[in-house]
Amino acid sequence: MQFGIFTVGDVTTDPTNDSTPTEHQRIKAILTIAQKVEEVGMEVFALGEHHNPPFVPSSPTTMLGYIAAKTERLILSTATTLITTNDPVKIAEDYAMLQHVADGRVDLMMGRGNTGPVYPWFGKDIRDGIPLAIENYALLQRLWREDFVNWEGKFRSPLQGFQSTPRPLDGVAPFVWHGSIRSPEIAEQAAYYGDGFFANNIFWPKEHYMRLISYYRQRFEHYGHGKAEEAIVGLGGQAFMAKNSQDAVKQFRPYFDNAPVYGHGPTMEDFTEQTPLTVGSPQQVIDRYAGMREHYGDYQRQLFLMDHAGLPLKTVLEQLDILGEEVIPVLRKEFAKNRPANVPDGPTHEALVAKRDAALVASVPEPVEAAVAN
Amino acid sequence: MTTRRIAVITSGLSQPSSTRLLADRLADATARQLATLGIDAEVEILELRDTAQDVVNNLMTGFPSPKLEKAIETVTGADALIAVTPVFTTSYSGLFKSFIDVLDPQSLTDMPVLIGATGGSERHSLALDYAMRPLFTYLHAVVVPTSVYAASSDWGSTGDGVAAALPDRIDRAARELANLAAESDRSSRVVDPFALPAGFSPVGGYGAQ
Repeated sequence: MQFGIFTVGDVTTDPTNDSTPTEHQRIKAILTIAQKVEEVGMEVFALGEHHNPPFVPSSPTTMLGYIAAKTERLILSTATTLITTNDPVKIAEDYAMLQHVADGRVDLMMGRGNTGPVYPWFGKDIRDGIPLAIENYALLQRLWREDFVNWEGKFRSPLQGFQSTPRPLDGVAPFVWHGSIRSPEIAEQAAYYGDGFFANNIFWPKEHYMRLISYYRQRFEHYGHGKAEEAIVGLGGQAFMAKNSQDAVKQFRPYFDNAPVYGHGPTMEDFTEQTPLTVGSPQQVIDRYAGMREHYGDYQRQLFLMDHAGLPLKTVLEQLDILGEEVIPVLRKEFAKNRPANVPDGPTHEALVAKRDAALVASVPEPVEAAVAN
Repeated sequence: MTTRRIAVITSGLSQPSSTRLLADRLADATARQLATLGIDAEVEILELRDTAQDVVNNLMTGFPSPKLEKAIETVTGADALIAVTPVFTTSYSGLFKSFIDVLDPQSLTDMPVLIGATGGSERHSLALDYAMRPLFTYLHAVVVPTSVYAASSDWGSTGDGVAAALPDRIDRAARELANLAAESDRSSRVVDPFALPAGFSPVGGYGAQ
């Protein structure tokens, strides 16, 4: 089981003192937070990609490259890489480069982005969101797996004999998750390739994601990558903690009430009841997230959103301490209990290389490769 | 005897509300008309003011509360819909539009709809035809030809040379809706939220092979 942090990188005014960090302060804070994630014993740091304020991370590989140099074990990921408005050729190159720089500690999460104006700024149309996600990813798959690619599609210029460089580290492409809030097409895409499926799990009720994940698991099995319970699932989540749960509620409420996305809407009580947001004692967070496997099955990765809504860096680092010291060690034990042997661990580069090598030895095409060849 | 489910949405803000009163009259008349066709009507009336906070929250967060989700399913899964609003500043009320805005834009396709409105003066009656009717046309609903507007004075009037009395207008509109509702099988259809669009391919359909 992999635990980690994902951030959207919002620059938001702290409602308790009306102060707003500069972009520079926020970017530096994110880099500090990432290093703290490794320090407190978590495995993954994932960074969003946005091209509109109030979000700063427009260039994830730059930030992740720095974090790669400052950490030793942390897996660097995105949340999400915009497979719609980015050129798949540039994604193939950028992330293969990052993979080398980070000695394989890299995976990606694909997403479509949801802000209309961003698409035309990059010469695209939001109404083509799904077709772009499908076509661009099909090309990205090939660029990482075939040395010379001849390709023609609807959304970018054709390629003749193109070789994306550098080639992926050890000849194994970064693992890919597909993030979706509501589209069965994306769950289908993840299942087809045998890739991971990530349910953001922070905005909507669990019932919604339960249906989406169960659909992905069924389709994963349908495409021959293994049994449904062996599919690779990641979940988001968010929490705010204090020793005394009433203190957590009191401290977090102004941030909740003014947060981008849900501020000025539902009460914190309604929102915590209807979504996985948990505001309270570490034990409450443990209970809530230990229960996730009952809803979604055994899964591989749990990411938390902790540094948003104007929370000061100091508070975020304290939250990461609580998470790392009190919550995650217990959750690790809970998730390990009665975990079936056939449920895979969270993906790592080493595991993917070993799996590829084992498949070569057995001369049986490994499922992901087989699907691509079809 | 067969049954048809009729959903009624009314966005009057006061209680009691003349908009609710008109909605009740339209629902009763529709049930009566269905009975003459040998069909039972299961009528569910939703006062949108009861879900006002939930509707705003849905606009802010993108998902409905359990209570609002139930209301949405009642509306979108009915065989026919009666929609009544007070006229505010030349159009439907903001609450009414906000509720419509949280529905999936495809979810009212082919829905038989009877539209009604209330207002202080008969001068606002055309709001039904320049605001309510285009709204439902956009949603690909099937709006019956007769819409029913009730001004304050209509509740004590027997009609005049221009308009029939309110009960006559209600009956005519209800008959039109009942005929469409009788044919509607929406409530018995299974909707699969994970149905992929026809021709969808996980590797793309544009020569991206």
